[in-house]
Amino acid sequence: MGWAIALHGGAGDIPRSLSPDRRLPREAALRHCLQLGVSALQSHAHPLDVVELVVRELENHPQFNAGKGSVLTTDGTVEMEACIMDGKTMRCGAVSGLTTVVNAVSVARLVMDKTPHIYLGFQGAEAFAREHGLETVDPSHFITPENIERLKQAKEANRVQVIAQQIDYTQPIKQDEKSEVLAATGGSGDSQIGTVGCVAVDRDGNLATATSTGGLVNKMVGRIGDTPVIGAGTYANSYCAVSATGRGEAVIRATVARDVAALMEYKGLSLQEAAAYVVGERVPQGTAGLVAVSASGEVTMPFNTTGMFRACATEDGYTEIGIWPTEQE
Amino acid sequence: MGGWAIAVHGGAGVDPNLPLQRQEEAKRLLTRCLNLGISALRSNLPAIDVVELVVRELESDPLFNSGRGSALTEKGTVEMEASIMDGTKRRCGAVSGVTTVKNPVSLARLVMEKSPHSYLAFSGAEDFARQQGVEMVENDYFITEENVGMLKLAKEANSILFDYRIPLPGTCAAGAAATNTPIRMNGLPISVYAPETVGCTVVDRQGRCAAATSTGGLMNKKIGRIGDSPLIGSGTYAGKLCGVSCTGEGEAIIRATLARDVAAVMEYKGLGLQAAVDFVIKERLDDGKAGLIAVSSKGEVACGFNANGMFRGCATEDGFMEVGIW
Repeated sequence: MGWAIALHGGAGDIPRSLSPDRRLPREAALRHCLQLGVSALQSHAHPLDVVELVVRELENHPQFNAGKGSVLTTDGTVEMEACIMDGKTMRCGAVSGLTTVVNAVSVARLVMDKTPHIYLGFQGAEAFAREHGLETVDPSHFITPENIERLKQAKEANRVQVIAQQIDYTQPIKQDEKSEVLAATGGSGDSQIGTVGCVAVDRDGNLATATSTGGLVNKMVGRIGDTPVIGAGTYANSYCAVSATGRGEAVIRATVARDVAALMEYKGLSLQEAAAYVVGERVPQGTAGLVAVSASGEVTMPFNTTGMFRACATEDGYTEIGIWPTEQE
Repeated sequence: MGGWAIAVHGGAGVDPNLPLQRQEEAKRLLTRCLNLGISALRSNLPAIDVVELVVRELESDPLFNSGRGSALTEKGTVEMEASIMDGTKRRCGAVSGVTTVKNPVSLARLVMEKSPHSYLAFSGAEDFARQQGVEMVENDYFITEENVGMLKLAKEANSILFDYRIPLPGTCAAGAAATNTPIRMNGLPISVYAPETVGCTVVDRQGRCAAATSTGGLMNKKIGRIGDSPLIGSGTYAGKLCGVSCTGEGEAIIRATLARDVAAVMEYKGLGLQAAVDFVIKERLDDGKAGLIAVSSKGEVACGFNANGMFRGCATEDGFMEVGIW
């Protein structure tokens, strides 16, 4: 049993043709964040502090869909959400609809630590962050030219970049059904609709997870995804810590993060088996990925999309940084 | 086995000193809603339509904490939330921070069916409601004098403390607790807290399960506080095997992913409905106080709670019907 850490920068239709100028900075960021997390674990930081630290770093990186670099709502604004959970105590915190707070994951942490509540949204969350002196900036700080372009493309294609989760996959999509939505399996360049997240376990088996996101390109104002929904995008208990990414609506319906832990607890599956089953059988192809660690220091990073920006390390020296499936997968 | 089944609830955690007249009023409302659902099921209305219909009725009545009669935020306003789930394909819809929509559960249904998303909140939810042409009213439509009084008491009781609860004898089977025990839930005396979230879960003759939950949330809650009711897997869940709606201390229900766990225990451990309900109530709530109603695709109905009482009613096609509080 040793420490382990895994982090992700989003699962999605990431084409292998991704240009070096888009690929290299993200790989470097993954490497950097991994190192940050590893150093913290080596210095015996608590996993809750580790995941918050790493996710803050990912939020600050403009090429991931969280914090700065968040994708835009249909109004061209940014609405961020995040969640954090402690496996040992099952305490958790979540926020949605943040527009000026630099680090959403830290607001989630404060909700967990400083209120009797779990989840604060929108104006209430903003007011709370301000009351507690968290760093806020002008909303324009989070908007990047890339995301302005993505929104434009999405509007032109008149699609919401999500697979229509509520439509029955066994039937052809009816024309009158949700006319604005197409089964958007085609990526428009580097469709990294993802999310960022980190899971960690220390030598004593203390588990923690945190996830943060700007959500979906061209989402309706007020749309909440899986990230802040405990049990969907984020979950930790004494068995494992999970952070999921992908098409939020699919992750919610499949209660992805909770199911990984439930399979371990109720069916006795291993971390790897449980995670593979959820990603392989419980969500439609092309919709999700996750990172997870177990109390005994194992790590797994399955995904059923073209790719997932990810990195992990364990105390025995194993390290992995990747985007697309490795040879064995 | 087989056939339809329906369960409704009006909240877990009941003041043992609740005046008899109030108890009777509550039972009459639960009976009326149950009968509404039963008629609909006998007319072969699908489960998803039945749960919406019944929860609308509960929202419209000011007695429980949803729609009209919702608990008030710290500012004296109403912010409602609801979720609905269709077990056949696990489609779902949820809303939070709703302030002018007469029936939040119907808005949640529209999110599920007419939007590309699963969950909309605050101004975005209100904009969507306007676009959809749902019935909208002023926020004070939802505010009752009784709740204005309750809010004052809650503020006097000095808001919600993090660590709460006095050990409480009694579970679902044990019946009414000692009337002098100062019961607290979410840090408030139970006479003030009155969770009274409402919900309904149904399985129709075709074995389709559905569930819906609606609430005004916690008395004296912070603006923007979201509880378990709109969270799929926590307050509401429906899949192929069962439908579940929960109520009680929201934070405890979320930590326990209570609704999903009933289904997960059935799916992954192979337990039957009642055994699954008993298991999650006993094992998943730790110090939290909550309750739930559930139906299975086989036409069974079950309830469980570790709080002091739960307003509930249930019925099955073979003629069983029961309305209770303790």
